[in-house]
Amino acid sequence: MQEAISQQLTANSQQLIAQKDMAILSKDEAQAILKKVIGFSTADECQANLNGRTTGNIRYARNSVSTAGAQDNVSLAVEARFGKRSGIATCNEFDDATLRRCVQRAEEIARLAPEDPEYMPLLGPQQYLTPVSYAASTAAITPDLRAQAAGDSIALCSAKSLTAAGYLEDGAYFQALRNNKGLEAYQQSTSLDFSVTVRTPDGTGSGYAVADYTDVAKFNAKSLTQLAADKAAGSRNARALEPGKYTVILEPAALVSDEGLLNNLMYSLGAREADEGRSFLSKKGGGNKLGDKLFDPRITIYSDPLNAQAPSGVFDYEGLPVKRMNWIEKGVVKNLYYSRYWAQKTGKAATAFPGNFIMEGGTQSVQDLIKSTAKGILVTRLWYIRDVDPQTLLYTGLTRDGTFYIENGKIKFPIKNFRFNESPIIMLNNVEAIGKPVRLGGNLVPPLKIRDFTFTSLSDAV
Amino acid sequence: MKRRDFVGITGLAAGALWLPSVPGFAAGDAVDPLRLLEPGPDVALKKRMADAALNAAKAAGATYADVRIGRYLNQGVFTREKQVQNIVSTESYGAGVRVIANGTWGFASTNQVTEAGIAKAAQLAVQIAKANSKVQKEQVKLAPQKGFGEVEWKAPIKQNAFEVPIKDKVDLLLATNAKALENGASFVNSVLFQVNEQKYFASTDGSYIDQDIHRIFPTFGVTVVDRASGKFRSRQALSSPMGLGYEYLTPKAEDKVAGPQGSGVIGYKYSYDMLEDAALAARQAKEKLTCKSVVPGKYDLVLDPHHLGLTIHESVGHPLELDRVLGYEANYAGTSFATLEWKAKGQPYGSKQVNIVADKLQPGSLGAVGYDDEGVKTKEWNLIKEGILVDYEKIRDQAHIVGQQESDGCCYSQSWQDVQFQRMPNISLKPGAAKLSVDDMVKNVEKGIYIAGNGSFSIDQQRYNSQFGGQVFYAIEKGKITGMLEDVAYQTNTLEFWNSCAAVCDQSDYRFAGFFNDGKGQPSQSSAVSHGSSTSRFNSVNVINTARKI
Repeated sequence: MQEAISQQLTANSQQLIAQKDMAILSKDEAQAILKKVIGFSTADECQANLNGRTTGNIRYARNSVSTAGAQDNVSLAVEARFGKRSGIATCNEFDDATLRRCVQRAEEIARLAPEDPEYMPLLGPQQYLTPVSYAASTAAITPDLRAQAAGDSIALCSAKSLTAAGYLEDGAYFQALRNNKGLEAYQQSTSLDFSVTVRTPDGTGSGYAVADYTDVAKFNAKSLTQLAADKAAGSRNARALEPGKYTVILEPAALVSDEGLLNNLMYSLGAREADEGRSFLSKKGGGNKLGDKLFDPRITIYSDPLNAQAPSGVFDYEGLPVKRMNWIEKGVVKNLYYSRYWAQKTGKAATAFPGNFIMEGGTQSVQDLIKSTAKGILVTRLWYIRDVDPQTLLYTGLTRDGTFYIENGKIKFPIKNFRFNESPIIMLNNVEAIGKPVRLGGNLVPPLKIRDFTFTSLSDAV
Repeated sequence: MKRRDFVGITGLAAGALWLPSVPGFAAGDAVDPLRLLEPGPDVALKKRMADAALNAAKAAGATYADVRIGRYLNQGVFTREKQVQNIVSTESYGAGVRVIANGTWGFASTNQVTEAGIAKAAQLAVQIAKANSKVQKEQVKLAPQKGFGEVEWKAPIKQNAFEVPIKDKVDLLLATNAKALENGASFVNSVLFQVNEQKYFASTDGSYIDQDIHRIFPTFGVTVVDRASGKFRSRQALSSPMGLGYEYLTPKAEDKVAGPQGSGVIGYKYSYDMLEDAALAARQAKEKLTCKSVVPGKYDLVLDPHHLGLTIHESVGHPLELDRVLGYEANYAGTSFATLEWKAKGQPYGSKQVNIVADKLQPGSLGAVGYDDEGVKTKEWNLIKEGILVDYEKIRDQAHIVGQQESDGCCYSQSWQDVQFQRMPNISLKPGAAKLSVDDMVKNVEKGIYIAGNGSFSIDQQRYNSQFGGQVFYAIEKGKITGMLEDVAYQTNTLEFWNSCAAVCDQSDYRFAGFFNDGKGQPSQSSAVSHGSSTSRFNSVNVINTARKI
């Protein structure tokens, strides 16, 4: 085949104007700009939000780099309020004249806006934890490092006559908030996300690995690619099993990659929807299921911005402090997400929007879980997950990139992919074993062994 | 949870601070709505800027260059029940320069649209191309493209949505909500999205193309809650995002298409009756609370265009993207069963009734433009002819791969700051040539289900196995609609599904389903696409019951 889809290296040329690290302002630099902005305001209330990012990425497919890019950006959003009317304007230049215009524009928009019946006054001064979600090593990543990672991944696969497609994206970020009620907040963070799909040249085998980090020092493209390569080679010539209910071992990627079942469960903890009667957490006759035991007693899920393995931000977009909070404790729903408005209306405390979730687990690895399984299926990844019925939190999707049959504690043979129809509520009641949590998608997630997981049809996809 | 998760939980109306991250809204500055009525830079200025970019690129060693100067305007109005939640207007302006140097692509963008700023971006693009040429395996091979000189294309809209006062839009949405509430809705959210892309393209082939593109998307969701049983059911709008102006919101009788007798369903062509649909939606959502749950098994399905558009999108549109076929999307969206080798075998993709065309021309469609984002004049071409796959979707640097001499004109970028690449054009099922109404189609169905509206959808990474829900489902028994059904989803294999296509209604039933936010690529870019079809029948499809107990 003569084919070459061309390589498209990209850059946003704000880089041309700005120095490399300009996008990440220090606390003092950011607050100095915000202070000026607030000073320009004549509104009843004014809050300004300054965000910056410097990010880079590289993408490869068919054992060749296909695109790479980099972007630096700092942007300011100003919210002005007159009574219950609010207006927002944004800009990304920071000279006095531009800042002043931006504030004026926000005020003009506010004056024309309708009153917000769910208006909540801006927050006053808050106490925040000291964030631990920034690593200087990650902020210092260069294009060379990205190219090296892609090169390592490609070389490993080329040598084994396998085909790699992968994506690496890293970034350093800062957020600063300030308002005329005395609130002042600043945090920095870094992240690196990597995923790789390895396929056999005959198209009969496919494997996947995915990981993310705060600190690039922990990242090893070779070992992740090796995992995916092993799965690809091992999943050749899959056999078909009948769809039905099976004991499954869901690797962490099967639980949280691609907006997985656990993410969807965590998104669904809104108090307002529950109180309004349109959530799986709504109670027959009215009210919500806060305090009810809905899951296996071994299920505990909480948020903690200071978790060393998966740290997150210490304030949310409104400036509410993010602190450790239990969502599900020993199978019982301990907290729901209350917006400031809904909290006030229902006499509850507002919940800061969390930046991560930590699911507690044991010490067993995926290999240990396989060893203790008489008959079951190992699932690497679930994909194209979409809601089917919000009443029961039923989702559908498919297995992908490494699905294997287990018998007597060993992987016996690769199997064809299945479509599932399952609810995380049912899944977390059918728990056989919980393994050791690992970081994924900014969260800590253990592999789970689940009985009676529902596969409804077969897929020919590899 | 990451920031994208935040958007997920708090919904679209969370706050304008976050709106630029809502898919379909190019990142931009929040501005006064009146700003959206101010004219963009004139053509003479854009030509001067474009020449600065092209000259700088050539001087730096580019053998080919194109530049896109774009002004992207967006507005969203968000309401729930009796209140406005948010109104936001955004503007984004800048330029992206793409070059070939040493046989390799390079791209850079800038929001400094001055002769100096744009020239710098062009030089950076060349620098990047040259750097990357060291790892390039094969040189870029562009299908030839003649220059068009200075030309323009404007979407044939009747009323620019930005000229309509915000108050009128708010009044329409609140009236929609009132209709839903009057008809039994417990909750209703309604939204109006409007987009205007003012795009200027120029290339070293000698084209200077000025285009004005408009999109509009009114939509809502109603929910009915039965507190006593704890049951709730929803129904989403049967509107479609369209490549039209505000005239889409002035209902016309000739644009209304009735579903089969006994269903009460109303479909919409080039104008939409939002109030009528909201009232019907509330009544249907209420009926869902008490209607029969489907008995799983094989049924003949009669699928309305609003529903079928999504099935076409997932099981024809995506598998025939040539970059995906070749493996360039393997790590994200996946690959395709419809490989070049599979095509060469000439096996049927569908039955003889299945004629699927790709185009960027149909008036009112989301894909319609005069020229694509690499200066190719748009066209219509066949993908599937009488059930046989005859072609793919491809752009200038892909045509040679399948031995062709010209691009299909389906290159697109979501903004000036992202690089353009192959995106799905409109993909449509041609109406049946013989006269056939929906009622005549249903008349011959012994045991079937009529499905209207698109709902839950999921398909595997090679586009074989899919599962689709819908908005409303009606049982068909012995040629008649006998009542509403719930908990319906069908699971099928792409080839089985299209080969089970037994009949397609005629042109009089033809209309679009559209999608505002089709995602592709890493980092992901969003594009908008329409799918035309007439109501069609598919025999003996596997239907499952999705009800569970928790």
